[in-house]
Amino acid sequence: MATSIRVSATVSAARERAFRHPLAVLARLARNRAAVAGFMMLVVMALAATLAGALVPYGADTADLNSVLQPPSAAHLFGTDQLGRDILARIVYGGRISLLIGVLAVAVGAAIGVPLGVVSGFYGGRTDALIQRAVDVMLSFPGFLLALTLISLLGVGPRNVVLSVGIASVPVYVRLVRAVTLSVRELAYVESARAIGLSDVRIMFRHVLPNTAAPIIVQSSLQLGVALLTAAGLGFLGIGVTPPTPEWGTMLGEAQTYILSAWYMGTFPGLAIFAAVMAFNLLGDGLRDALDPRMKTV
Amino acid sequence: MFGVTLIIFSMVRVLPGDPARVLAGLEADQNEVNRIRVQLGLNKPAPVQYALFLEHAVRGDLGQSAVTQAPVMSEIASRLGATTLLAVTATILAGVLGVASGIIVSTRQYTATDYTVTVLALAGVSIPVYWLGLMLMLLFAVFLHLLPAGGDTAPQSLILPSITLAAFSLAIVERMTRSSMLESLRQDYVRTARAKGLADHVIVYRHALRNALIPVVTVLGLQFGALIGGAILTETTFAWPGIGRLLVDAISRRDYPVIQGVVLLFAVTFVLVNLAVDLLYGYIDPRIRYS
Repeated sequence: MATSIRVSATVSAARERAFRHPLAVLARLARNRAAVAGFMMLVVMALAATLAGALVPYGADTADLNSVLQPPSAAHLFGTDQLGRDILARIVYGGRISLLIGVLAVAVGAAIGVPLGVVSGFYGGRTDALIQRAVDVMLSFPGFLLALTLISLLGVGPRNVVLSVGIASVPVYVRLVRAVTLSVRELAYVESARAIGLSDVRIMFRHVLPNTAAPIIVQSSLQLGVALLTAAGLGFLGIGVTPPTPEWGTMLGEAQTYILSAWYMGTFPGLAIFAAVMAFNLLGDGLRDALDPRMKTV
Repeated sequence: MFGVTLIIFSMVRVLPGDPARVLAGLEADQNEVNRIRVQLGLNKPAPVQYALFLEHAVRGDLGQSAVTQAPVMSEIASRLGATTLLAVTATILAGVLGVASGIIVSTRQYTATDYTVTVLALAGVSIPVYWLGLMLMLLFAVFLHLLPAGGDTAPQSLILPSITLAAFSLAIVERMTRSSMLESLRQDYVRTARAKGLADHVIVYRHALRNALIPVVTVLGLQFGALIGGAILTETTFAWPGIGRLLVDAISRRDYPVIQGVVLLFAVTFVLVNLAVDLLYGYIDPRIRYS
């Protein structure tokens, strides 16, 4: 949602950036405690989601009607839901779905947005105008509304959540990559590549695209947080991933009905979303600082 | 703007399913369906339908709800007040508290206050609005019984939804004010002001703040988009009778004329607000001129 500010920040970071060795960037990142904390949180969450079966003694869908809506206890650390399913187990298994949806949605957004951005910036002229007008139209819908409208057309389900959230993030990538492309297009090495007769496609992919890598990585980390929030928001409204799939937002939506009697049902899935988004934001901010130390004070 | 109407129009047309069939009900025979199709103008070619849609929309006629049969415009009008009240309250909260806390921490860089507010702001941009809403509801309505959990019955019922909706923008505005203030406090004219012995508050408010406010206004304007998304979620959480909930209800009931109307309204407002922010620059910063 706050993407526009961040885009301009990452674009200017890219413009002012001199060449930095990836290892130097990593070393700088490792000194940033907040970014390391974010990274560790993500590693823990990803591991938990992967090893889910070994960590929790219950399945995500194991209902036990003898123990419904139990508050947290030694047997059920986060309590149980309206069907007696263990909430911790559902959150851990749900990580597979929620995190995967976030990653795939960002991948979809980048896969469509990055090539469009490179082409738009590289060719300029009519191609550029056409792509930019299309982006303008998409940008006249606030991000969440765009995803919401798309899913209301595509219908519910994990695949359509990925598509809607992914398409909604396309404009961010187009604008970002176009800006970087414009700034490197006139540089000497692109000119030399042209002079020795390389094809446009080859110049774009071999010479222009690598320059956009750093801002894309930064943006993607921040965008993952946005995607996670959007996808879970759709689930919360009941138009994303549908029950009984243990998606975090969907679990929160179900919990709303029982909010007066079972506080733990909504508290923990929301906490999981919060933690994951925060981790992506910490990592993204850290990456941006590491790639451009001058922005650190901001 | 033209593109927006075209997109919204075609989105609804490419949908599987026949609106006339839906409207007529399951038992209706083909004649009935045809009659409704003619009534809705669905028998005309698509470009003609689009022209009619535009003509009607310009005159404020967005068609009828497929579920309640009421005009979409009156459905929206009856809920517009609630959403406006919520959005305006949240914007004021975000603007005032965001700028104030941003100024305070910018004059105390690297102190405990600065770190606390920075962490809170990070939490503010990461927290899911719907979860924040539920947690506030749990704390103030379920456990403490201080405030109503939802609905729009008493003046107090505005408190929780507006705080929920404001949180994200508040955090963004605080971050922007802080960094923009830090930047302008480092400028030469601030050093000059200090050198000639001006009081701290004069420097901060008269010299630094004026120049720092330009990006803040931009950000506050851009927050309008986040506010729309947030309003949809906040209204659903608190059963607030606004347009956001109208949209969510319409989506779950597949009431396309209403979806079309609300999305159009949101998009048009969003574009107009962005335009207004652009024009506002000229007033705040006389250096910016539009040729």
